[in-house]
Amino acid sequence: MRRRQLLIGGLAVAGLAACDRGSGAAGDGPYVAIVSKGFQHQFWQAVKKGAEQEAAGAGATITFEGPATEKEVEAQITMLTNAIAKRPDAIGFAALDSRAAEGLLQQAKAQNIPVIAFDSGVESQVPLTTAATDNLAAAGEAAKHMSELIGGSGKVALVVHDQTSLTGQQRRDGFTGWMAANAPGVQLLPVQYGEGDQARSADITKSILGANPDVKGIYGANEGSAIGVVRGVQESGRTGVTIVGFDSGKAQLDAIRSGLMAGAITQNPVGMGAALVSAALRAIRGETLEKTIDTGYFWYDNTNIDSPEIQAVLYQ
Amino acid sequence: MLARLQQLLAFAGLIVIAAVFAVATPTFGTYGNVVNILFSTVVIGLLALGTTFVIVTGGIDLSIGTGMALCAVMSGTFVVTWGLPWPLGALLAVLFGGLIGLVNGVSTARFGLPPFIATLATMLVAQGLALVVSESTPIYFNDSPGYLLLSTGTLIPDFPNAVLVLIAATAVAAVLLRRSVLGRYAFAMGSNEEATALSGIDVTRWKIAIYTLAGLFTGLAGVMISARLGSAQPATGAGYELQAIAAVVIGGTSLSGGRGSIVGTVIGALIISVLNNGLQLLSIPQEWQNVILGIVILIAVYADMARRRAVAVH
Repeated sequence: MRRRQLLIGGLAVAGLAACDRGSGAAGDGPYVAIVSKGFQHQFWQAVKKGAEQEAAGAGATITFEGPATEKEVEAQITMLTNAIAKRPDAIGFAALDSRAAEGLLQQAKAQNIPVIAFDSGVESQVPLTTAATDNLAAAGEAAKHMSELIGGSGKVALVVHDQTSLTGQQRRDGFTGWMAANAPGVQLLPVQYGEGDQARSADITKSILGANPDVKGIYGANEGSAIGVVRGVQESGRTGVTIVGFDSGKAQLDAIRSGLMAGAITQNPVGMGAALVSAALRAIRGETLEKTIDTGYFWYDNTNIDSPEIQAVLYQ
Repeated sequence: MLARLQQLLAFAGLIVIAAVFAVATPTFGTYGNVVNILFSTVVIGLLALGTTFVIVTGGIDLSIGTGMALCAVMSGTFVVTWGLPWPLGALLAVLFGGLIGLVNGVSTARFGLPPFIATLATMLVAQGLALVVSESTPIYFNDSPGYLLLSTGTLIPDFPNAVLVLIAATAVAAVLLRRSVLGRYAFAMGSNEEATALSGIDVTRWKIAIYTLAGLFTGLAGVMISARLGSAQPATGAGYELQAIAAVVIGGTSLSGGRGSIVGTVIGALIISVLNNGLQLLSIPQEWQNVILGIVILIAVYADMARRRAVAVH
């Protein structure tokens, strides 16, 4: 047992050597500790890639971690605690629940570690800036394309991931708000929520189609919702329904290429990671940062899906 | 005697792992970081304490993770929505956990359902109810600063109250398992339930009591996690049961019942926290953290089995 435990310890140390990462005090450029909302999802992997590229270009080092699911608030708080303990030169933080982290953010502030929020804002005075997608505007863009595709009139349904997260609310309100202001002929059905779960969103879609045979368009507000909508339409055997999605991922890209889906709004996760690290490095240098950094969004469909500009922000 | 030896082994393992981290990273051994480790052990530790009793009887309780989330939500309902004084609300939430345990106990002991099935059902019910009661939104304790101090307050300077709660709960659990009738019967049931029943012990009643006790710990964990986060998170809890069970197993308690110890369980929970903390401080990529944790569980259980085989031969 004892020998084996040593073996494990050895593994850990070997891992450290293999990682070849300074701990911020190693004098090899600044170190930014990033605590994200997740790390398994492709979106977060793309953010990580952008952060790594930006850091490599600037001679900085980063670490990037997040809990296994976007529900594990406590695990994220523990990660943030450990990140602060490492005394990094700056911290990047995407809060799962911004209020739960306030005490730790104050602690970072007390230790003069600049904090950069990303992906969603933090209800706190501590972060110097927030690098995020303007989800309201992005959802408005989705509504504009939906309206154009269905000729400005008819029934449109929304399948949204949830009504509790900021992204859920903004991608719903941005869409409904644009329609209310600009498309009087479009009749919106009551918003349905499927937790971003593909199977649930597919079931919801089939219920919508069953209850409203004349639905012209359906909007899925995140990757899981959008793929669920495509599944539901496929399973019900309906044709002629215009589907507009959000984010990317292989299933959605395939659906757009095959014509099942009209198009989608993509965020710019690689750009978000880069903007976050660049803001952190500017903060370390003592520069003043703008209050928010809009990391952008793009509409993509069959016509531009393979253009270099779009390919750079999509993830499989 | 055997349990004592296993505790020693687990403790030696903990010391070795900690020593490696202390050498590898300057931060690990600092007082602040040790407190961080203890603090991050509290919730899993409380769940593991309660579930040790159940596992000693040869049972299992899968409902403690989502049950904890439901108790947190109930605490939020009592304190925030109903506006009860927070100590009363917290107490009611702990008792609510006992109620969840009572349901598990009745299902398994009275109706004879296998514990795995009975508590799996409770796990799903609790998860659903947590979302229903909270309307899927976190409940914030902003206006109950006293409630938050349960976790992050410092009666002892630089030492969070949550750790004191864990230490007190550990003492209570250790006395109950080692020095009380309930503990004695738990071991007896785990070793041989039939023989225990034949010797005139009301197995049904004691088993219900044991599941109820585990539920009280679940309730306490629900209070402590919501005090830490300043909010009751209805979706935070699923998966915690497996971490708690892992802590119990690393600590040398046998999943087939009849053998186990509270001290071992706490050491098991600490091993998990120390690994998580140390690997994060070392900036080991997260994918590898889980791999290493899994391997440690395998090694701990294998060492325990090998040692028992060696003892059986001699």
